[in-house]
Amino acid sequence: MKTENLIDLSYYPGCSLKTTSQENNASLISLFRYLGYNLIELEDWNCCGSSSAHSVDTGLAFDLASRNLALAPGERPLLVACPSCLLRLRSAYLHLAEDASARRHYEMMWRKPFNPKLQIIHFFEFLDQIDLLKYSRDGIRRLEGLKFVPYYGCMLARPPIMRHEKNYCGLMEKILSNLGASPGKWSFSSRCCGTFLTVARPEVVEPMVNEIIQGAINAGADCIITACAMCHMNLEARCSLKEKVPILHFSEIISLALGIGKSEYKGWFSRHLVDPRPLLKALNLL
Amino acid sequence: MKPKPDAKASEIVNLNQLDSGFVSDVIRRSGVDINRCWHCQTCASGCPFVRAMDYPPNRVIRMVQLGLRKEALQSSGIWICVGCNTCSIQCPNSIDIPAVNDALRQMAMAEGMVVAEPNILNFHQAVLQSIQRHGRTHKLEVMMRYKLKKHDWFSDMALGMKMFAKRKLELLPSRSKNIAEIRRLFEEKSTA
Repeated sequence: MKTENLIDLSYYPGCSLKTTSQENNASLISLFRYLGYNLIELEDWNCCGSSSAHSVDTGLAFDLASRNLALAPGERPLLVACPSCLLRLRSAYLHLAEDASARRHYEMMWRKPFNPKLQIIHFFEFLDQIDLLKYSRDGIRRLEGLKFVPYYGCMLARPPIMRHEKNYCGLMEKILSNLGASPGKWSFSSRCCGTFLTVARPEVVEPMVNEIIQGAINAGADCIITACAMCHMNLEARCSLKEKVPILHFSEIISLALGIGKSEYKGWFSRHLVDPRPLLKALNLL
Repeated sequence: MKPKPDAKASEIVNLNQLDSGFVSDVIRRSGVDINRCWHCQTCASGCPFVRAMDYPPNRVIRMVQLGLRKEALQSSGIWICVGCNTCSIQCPNSIDIPAVNDALRQMAMAEGMVVAEPNILNFHQAVLQSIQRHGRTHKLEVMMRYKLKKHDWFSDMALGMKMFAKRKLELLPSRSKNIAEIRRLFEEKSTA
C-alpha cells in the first residue's frame, strides 16, 4: 500500500456515511488512501440541509449548507461522498456565486468572504480521471465472473441550476467493466429509492423497492451497486421479496477489485442487512 | 390523470373566487417561473411517486396559475414529493418543480393550512430537532421522536432491531462541536 506522499483533500462525509453507513465511509477513505489521497474530515461539519431542512425551511437549508462551505479550507478541494449532500452544497455555492445579497448574508453570518475558488467535488469525478486497473495488484481483473446492475438513484437527475454540469451516467459500468465485471441491462438504474418516505410512508416505498430488486433479479444480476448511502439503506431495508440481492457500495466493490486487503474489509460486510459475503467468497473476493 | 367527462357543478372552477395574486406569490417565493409550464404532463408521467399523490405536479402548477390557493396548499402531492428531480430533468422548460413544492409546503405552514401528510411533516420536524441539538441527524433519536408523536411503537420494530444488531442505529449521536452557532441558525425560525 502506498503511504508516502499522500495528497490532502478535505472530506465531507455527511450524516448517513458517518453513522448508518460507516462501511461506505470506511471503504471510501481506505480506497482513497490506496489511490494516494488523504481524506481530512471537514472540521466541525454539520448537516448539509438536505431533504427535511429544505422541505420546510429554504433559508435554514441554505445557512446549514453555507456553514460547511465557510468551514472548508480554501487551499484544497472538498470531496463529497453523498449525492444528496453534493447537491445541497453545490446549489448553495452556485447561489452564492450568482447572488450578491446571498454573499452579504454569508459574510455577515460567517465573518469571512465567500471563496468562489472552492472546488466541491464528488468522488465520481476523481475516479473518472484515473485508470483503476493500473492500481490493481498484478493487474488482475478480480471482478471477472461478477454480473452486476448499477444503481444511480436520483444522482443523475439534478435541478435546473446544475444542468450544465458533467453527468456521470455510465461511469459505474465503465469502471467496473474495466475491472472485469459485466453490467446487466435493466430499466431501474435511475429510479428514485424513496428517500425519507421510507419512514413516513413505508407502504409507498416498499412496492417501489421490490420492483427495483425484482428488476435486478430479472436482469440476472448477482448484486446491485449503489452510489448513495441512502439508496443502499432503502434497497436493503424495504425489500420484502423472498429472494434478496446483495447491495454493495461502489467504494466497497472497487476496493475488493483492487485487492486492497483483508484487514481493511473487516467490519464492512457484516454491517449489511443482506449478507453479501457468500457471493463475495464464491468469487474469491474475500 | 383521466379527464372527467361529466364534471359535477361543485368541481367547476368559479372564476370569480380566484386568488389572482397567488401565482406571483409562488414565483417570488420559489424563484421559479411556473408560467413557463405548458402542461405537457411529462413531470406527471415521470414522477415515481405520482400514484401516492392526490394531484400530479403539473395539476398543482395549474391550480396555482388559476389562483386555487387552498386546493394547492392543502394538496398531498406537495408533501409526497421527495425532490428526486426526475420531473425537473425531464421538463422541456427546465422548471424546478421540487423548488416550487418547497415553496408551497412552506407557504402552507406559514398560512396555517391543513397539512395533507402530517406524518411527513412530523418526520421533517423530528429531523430538524435533531440537527438543532447535534448539528447532524441522529437516526435513532429521529425515529424515537417521530414514533412518539405518531403514537406508533410497533411498526418497523423488527427492522429497527435488525439495524441495531448490525450497529446501523447508534445510541450516541455524531455531533458538531460549535452547537451554539448551529442553534443560532434556528433562532427566529418557527419551523422546528
